[in-house]
Amino acid sequence: MYIIVGGGGQIGYYVVKGLLAQGHEVLLLDKDSRRVQTLSDELGSAVLRGDACEARTMDEVGCNRADVVIAVTGDDEDNLVICQMAKERFHVRKTIARVNNPKNERIFTKLGIDISVSPTKTILRLIETEIPHHTIIPLMTLRKADLEFVEVSVPAQSPALGKKLATLELPVECNVVLIVRGQEYIVPTGESTIEAEDQVFALVKGSSEAALRTVILGATSS
Amino acid sequence: MKIIILGCGRVGATLAMMMDRAGHTVTIIDYSSDAFQRLESSFSGQTMMGDGIDEDVLRRAGIEEADVFIAVTNGDNRNIMASQIAMKVFSVRKVICRIYDPIRTEVYQQLGLEVICPTLVGAELFREAIEKSLETSTPNPAAPRTR
Repeated sequence: MYIIVGGGGQIGYYVVKGLLAQGHEVLLLDKDSRRVQTLSDELGSAVLRGDACEARTMDEVGCNRADVVIAVTGDDEDNLVICQMAKERFHVRKTIARVNNPKNERIFTKLGIDISVSPTKTILRLIETEIPHHTIIPLMTLRKADLEFVEVSVPAQSPALGKKLATLELPVECNVVLIVRGQEYIVPTGESTIEAEDQVFALVKGSSEAALRTVILGATSS
Repeated sequence: MKIIILGCGRVGATLAMMMDRAGHTVTIIDYSSDAFQRLESSFSGQTMMGDGIDEDVLRRAGIEEADVFIAVTNGDNRNIMASQIAMKVFSVRKVICRIYDPIRTEVYQQLGLEVICPTLVGAELFREAIEKSLETSTPNPAAPRTR
């Protein structure tokens, strides 16, 4: 595959190195000539000085035959424009953008970027998973359906304790798919109850996460 | 009308003063507080410091009630992103974006943005001025005539 990467910072450098090792044809663009000098000492002809936002540059590097364009500069507005220009002007099939401000992940998806990756959010999630804390842990995002697969550990003061699932005011767009209690696991029905220290796994619509939180963790927990 | 202007440069500040004088409710955003010195002391609108591509900043500026959003920072990409947020996330009725690069102008016009490209507008004005002077100028009597 021919892959163009915009932005030669730490992320761009390692992305390109990885892609080259996988045998892809890769071109890394960076605006800064000194940075390009350093990068080309190691990556050779895979590096070129140029602005990936500029249509002329992208035309010269054959963007119209690129399979993937990846934008990993430190500025979200540049990453957005690199991907949108690649898509609209050069009809690149797949665009991937780094999102520096995690808030922009949703916006990027809305604006047609195929995949947006937020390093900040990834680190935050890792911390959430590794540090025990009674909260909702997002395990997986089903982006197209706007669904999250989440894990909730039930605190001792949960308002849901001892209640049947059917009687809980769970949001409509939320499905509890598994309860893990100690070594046991329960495939829940409406009759199943929730106990303290249970691990509850659920599929929930992004917008209903807060409602799920209130039902299992109580209104004051956050 | 409630108008939000992003970028308090020469164009942003001048437009803000015009709209303010015309009786509109103007909020102008810039990430540097120094930029607001371009506004005259009679400006009765609001100034806000912040990053114009941060949706929370835009929300605090009242974008949800805004009728018009203008993006005139000195960065094309910043204007493009802010305008798209205004249009697609907040459904502002009228969004106008400044883009210096003619190629980006073309692409984003196709994507439905209303764009003003000062490069094209400026070049066009120069061209018109040159042509007008050619039409109206009297021939230089010293120049040899070919007939």
